[in-house]
Amino acid sequence: MSDLRELYQSVILDHNKAPRNFRRPAAANRSAEGYNPLCGDQLSVFLTVEDGVVKDAAFEGSGCAISTASASLMTEGVKGRRVEDIEKMFESFHRLMTSNPSSPAEDEGLGKLAVFGGVREFPVRVKCATLAWHTLRAALHGSAAPATTE
Amino acid sequence: MRLDAERVRADFPILGTNARGKPLVFLDSAASAQKPRAVLDAMQRFYETSYANVHRGVYELSERATQAFEGVRSQVARFIGAAEAREIVFVRGTTEAINLVAHGLARTTLGPGDEVLITAMEHHSNIVPWQMACAERGARLRVVGIDDRGDLVLPELDKLLGPRTKLLALTHVSNALGTVNPVREIVKLAHERGVPVLLDGAQAVPHQRVDLQELGCDFYAFSSHKLFGPTGVGVLYGRADRLEALPPYQGGGDMILSVRFEASTYQGIPYKFEAGTPDIAGVIGLGAAIDYVSRLGLDAIAAHEHELLGYANESLSRVPGLRLIGTAREKVAVISFVLEGIHAHDVGTILDQHGVAVRTGHHCAQPVMERYGIPATVRASFALYNTRADVDALVRGLNKAREVFA
Repeated sequence: MSDLRELYQSVILDHNKAPRNFRRPAAANRSAEGYNPLCGDQLSVFLTVEDGVVKDAAFEGSGCAISTASASLMTEGVKGRRVEDIEKMFESFHRLMTSNPSSPAEDEGLGKLAVFGGVREFPVRVKCATLAWHTLRAALHGSAAPATTE
Repeated sequence: MRLDAERVRADFPILGTNARGKPLVFLDSAASAQKPRAVLDAMQRFYETSYANVHRGVYELSERATQAFEGVRSQVARFIGAAEAREIVFVRGTTEAINLVAHGLARTTLGPGDEVLITAMEHHSNIVPWQMACAERGARLRVVGIDDRGDLVLPELDKLLGPRTKLLALTHVSNALGTVNPVREIVKLAHERGVPVLLDGAQAVPHQRVDLQELGCDFYAFSSHKLFGPTGVGVLYGRADRLEALPPYQGGGDMILSVRFEASTYQGIPYKFEAGTPDIAGVIGLGAAIDYVSRLGLDAIAAHEHELLGYANESLSRVPGLRLIGTAREKVAVISFVLEGIHAHDVGTILDQHGVAVRTGHHCAQPVMERYGIPATVRASFALYNTRADVDALVRGLNKAREVFA
């Protein structure tokens, strides 16, 4: 059962229960929809980008604990950061999620987001954790088509 | 005859294995059922002793393979009460069976302003082919609603069966809700209006006796893999005159009488729908699966599962915060539910850690989820090899999930 505790860490459970930045800001100038066709998770990410800096980040939608907590922690983590730094965060997070679970987690620079290291043990749940990030990226790149985890 | 589930379990090698280090509790037979040794052995034996292509060779081996293959066609006809073996078309699965009819209907019958009637509880495979056919021909797809319990709203069906309705396609048993539809009455009503009916029997055939003479439908589709047979094989039943009226689905070898560059002529039914080398060993496996369930007795299987459904309903009603989705008057042992405050996928992951395999998500029935305003459910589906111990393991796992999310 230790794997289960790895997966559902208290930070994740807390952000699932009380998601931060769960709103639709009127001032947002970038947004995108994300969709995981496998499980029906659906979320929208709203960004306020000024001078290459994400001033505000928020989301709405419905999903499992992993995808909700990931979106919540992500919006906290990217606020106030430059777009190019966020791209790097996306890559680090993606690398962490897709790395071999038996290798030590490379979570440098991810701060609180490192709690998702346990998701690696559950390959079918990795997409839950990455959905918010794919959607964020679609919002930054201004893609018209909804982001998917496929 | 009562079903001895413990003895039945011993027939299924996979049920003796572990999942996540725990004895496997398999509650996802509505997605695909496990295979008894008799099916696996029959296919192996066929490959080792009787395999050759069918309908082609003059040699003894091919003749033997053809006989075995065609023998299963007759066996399927008897199993579901078709009048003749030529009314049985072998396809890849229920999905292909429905596509075959939809494709044929679009080419022969459907025109602008015509209507195809389906219901709100259909699997995507009984929605999308009709959507495509309607879009192609400028026809309209109409949908009969369901009520809060998961029963069809029959007055709505009555109203929607109109002069423009070219076909009613509905599921015999709902995969997401477990509802058993009153198909005999519905077919009768549709026929009174001159509307042919296709029944999706994928979830019905493994759990109860199906007699097409009694149901009277025009088309019936089901899959081998949900009936404890191999994947890759399915059955389309069509009343002979209905099948004859449909054009071939795919062109190729085996479905023709003669081929000339100017024009080719086609075989009669069912062969005109069976282009190319079929899944021969798969069909043999389906035959063994039908033997297997027939030996146990479909009535005994239905009684066993009904008893299990009652026990599961009672046990689950004691899990705090659990809400059943689908409480139709007549149900098979398919139980969809949500747990308050815990998303279906999290429930699924926690159950999996306890060796309990359930389906989570929209079950290829997104309109059903929308109807109940939920993104996903947990679905536990039971088959002839499940026991009360499986229900108990499910309940224990659900209580663990509640602890994790307390």
